Amino acid sequence: MSIVYVLVPFALLMGFGFLWMFVASARSGQFEDLVTPAYRILMDETELKKEKKNEQV
Amino acid sequence: MSKSDSQMEHMETFHYDDEIVKRFTLVTLLWGLVAFLVGLYVALEMAFHQLNFGISFITFGRLRPLHTNAAIFAFAGNAIFAGIYYSAQRVLKTRMFSDKLSKFHFWGWQAIIVAAALTLPLGLTQGKEYAELEWPIDLMIAVVWVAFGINLIGTVIQRRVKHIYVAVWFYIATFVTVAILHVVNSVSIPVSLFKSYSAYAGVSDALVQWWYGHNAVAFFLTTPFLGLMYYFIPKAVNRPVYSYRLSVVHFWTLVFIYIWAGPHHLLNSAVPDWAQTVGMAFSVMLWIPSWGGMINGLLTIRGAWDKLRTDPVVKFLALALTFYGMSTFEGPLLSIKSVNELGHYTDWIIAHVHSGALGWNGFLSFGMIYFLVPVLWRTELYSKRLANLHFWTGTIGILLYVISMYTAGITQGMMWREVNAEGALAYPDFVQTVIRIVPLYAIRALGGAVYLGGFVVMIYNILKTIQLAPKAEKQETRDEFPRFVQKSFFSELSEAKSFSHRMLEGMPMILTVLAVVAISIGSVISLAPMVATNAMVQPNYDKELNRPYTPLQLAGRDIYVREGCYTCHSQMIRKTVGDVLRYGQESRIEDSMYDHPFQWGSRRIGPDLAREGKRYNHLWHYRHMKDPREVVAGSVMPTYPWLYKDKVDFGSLQKRISAMKTLGVPYSDEEVVNAETNARSEAEAILKDLSADGVTHAKVEHEIIALIAYLQKLGQRGGQ
Repeated sequence: MSIVYVLVPFALLMGFGFLWMFVASARSGQFEDLVTPAYRILMDETELKKEKKNEQV
Repeated sequence: MSKSDSQMEHMETFHYDDEIVKRFTLVTLLWGLVAFLVGLYVALEMAFHQLNFGISFITFGRLRPLHTNAAIFAFAGNAIFAGIYYSAQRVLKTRMFSDKLSKFHFWGWQAIIVAAALTLPLGLTQGKEYAELEWPIDLMIAVVWVAFGINLIGTVIQRRVKHIYVAVWFYIATFVTVAILHVVNSVSIPVSLFKSYSAYAGVSDALVQWWYGHNAVAFFLTTPFLGLMYYFIPKAVNRPVYSYRLSVVHFWTLVFIYIWAGPHHLLNSAVPDWAQTVGMAFSVMLWIPSWGGMINGLLTIRGAWDKLRTDPVVKFLALALTFYGMSTFEGPLLSIKSVNELGHYTDWIIAHVHSGALGWNGFLSFGMIYFLVPVLWRTELYSKRLANLHFWTGTIGILLYVISMYTAGITQGMMWREVNAEGALAYPDFVQTVIRIVPLYAIRALGGAVYLGGFVVMIYNILKTIQLAPKAEKQETRDEFPRFVQKSFFSELSEAKSFSHRMLEGMPMILTVLAVVAISIGSVISLAPMVATNAMVQPNYDKELNRPYTPLQLAGRDIYVREGCYTCHSQMIRKTVGDVLRYGQESRIEDSMYDHPFQWGSRRIGPDLAREGKRYNHLWHYRHMKDPREVVAGSVMPTYPWLYKDKVDFGSLQKRISAMKTLGVPYSDEEVVNAETNARSEAEAILKDLSADGVTHAKVEHEIIALIAYLQKLGQRGGQ
């Protein structure tokens, strides 16, 4: 059972690692805008869209 | 005019690496076919035991690890990589960090899969579920995985969009966590190029293994697919995710909670109750983020529900999410101790994992591929009708599969525990509970075949799409986007904002990742021996009674591991009435304290073997392995004729015993030196016993003798 002395620190390391990533990213403004990113990914591949437009013309 | 000019100035033009996405997509189809075919074959073997034809390479115990590894790491793995390479470049508005790393990742991963496909049927295995691959392949996995990680993180660093879209968070978590899990669980001591012993023993090994095993499900089959879901569903319906805020909450709660749920694979076992309860509590908590994510994904289709009728991509993605919802409802349910008592070791678990793997991972991958291929090859899908056909055959196939397995699981679970008015087992012969469910195995195989049929239709449809695509010159998707002035992830924490952004600020992230990996490897290597020995020390056990395996028993145990006996037989008598009545006193930590690796198992297609020793005589085992039906009418166990021809390598026993000694098993120097002699004399004693019972053709070296020695030791304190 002494394996828990390894597993618990590792799990804590991962848990706190993610917590730290969360705090760091929140501080750097990652989550200031939670609206536009969802829309932005829909505006990919400008080139393909242009090509399609040209074809229609 | 001037306005658009100034915009143009900041615009940067770049190309996406589509070639790598195409490659990963195509191999997903190839390995999916292999994984499903092998799966169908092992399913048929359970319904018709004759199908191993007495050939070791295609016997259930060896093929089942091949099936699981192919499904998880080859099919799902390549699907994940295809989706990640496609979506990460697009949401981060940049090409992948390094084309060379992408190529290395691709070929390295395929090499690993080929190595797995060659070694597992040969019986080269570490005997730990979903981590069977031997140590040289484990090393390859670590190297290729880190290459993937550097490539991914490098891409994040050189992104043109400040905000990291939620899907990429899921990808990052996948990389980091799988790296740590793989390294910790794979620590072993090699005896030869293709044989090693787990550094951990018994309960320690079990905890590490299921900490890994559960999180392999969490961070290989859940988080990356959720990332894909958050990209491809909005793309497919051309709508933003229902609540972006909820998706961010989904991610962070999931990664905090998942890591603790592992012990729910060991409920009612010899693992201390407090650890079981921790695992159960965290598992139940997982209900909330999982369902939050599922609802978020489904509601993204709001206002476009008509596409469920017309667009095969949306059909597959929505069905995948439905299965995600069902299996993440079922998982916490099965993690409740009392429910687990009924469901554990039965086909209920098989139904559960397949609703996850075929329903969630499979359908999501299919939807993604139907979306990707026309985009990547600049064409239209060859046939929507065939895609719809695939959708319905897949759905019917998986329903046949899970419904038959739910029925089988609950039936067998109820039969195991049923007692009559006198308090004795209603079905004392284990085989009674197997015969009852064999017809359901045939239905399951049918369901698998239908699912596979749908997949074959898909392969045809995709290949036809590619074949008919316009033969344009190799062109990559061009995109343009203004460069965002890069501030690293950590720039808020570090003060060095002022100079040399591009080069220096990219480095900390890569260095951090490498440091985490290095620290993990270092600490494991330094801690493992201490843990391995410490785990042995139980102040209150009787040292005289718990002697380690004799060399011959160890040789037999290695055969037991090689043949994958753990895929059908558990070695863990739970603290439940049904188990104790059937198999005897519940298993204790000391029972498996010298077991590198542990062999508690996760499924009982045959009875538990924890206290099998001395239950039958040598002759019974000798006849049983040759043809199980000779001694157990109706048994579905395959035959093992090669054990009566192949010979134990007595010469290597000294090395094996010595490796065990290094791991902390208390062998004396004398026992190490005399390993071969001791093994031979023990084998001769067993042989003498067998000859007295009329066995004529057996030889001392035959593997069956060593296997009998091992089976007779199980649960028999004091060795011979």
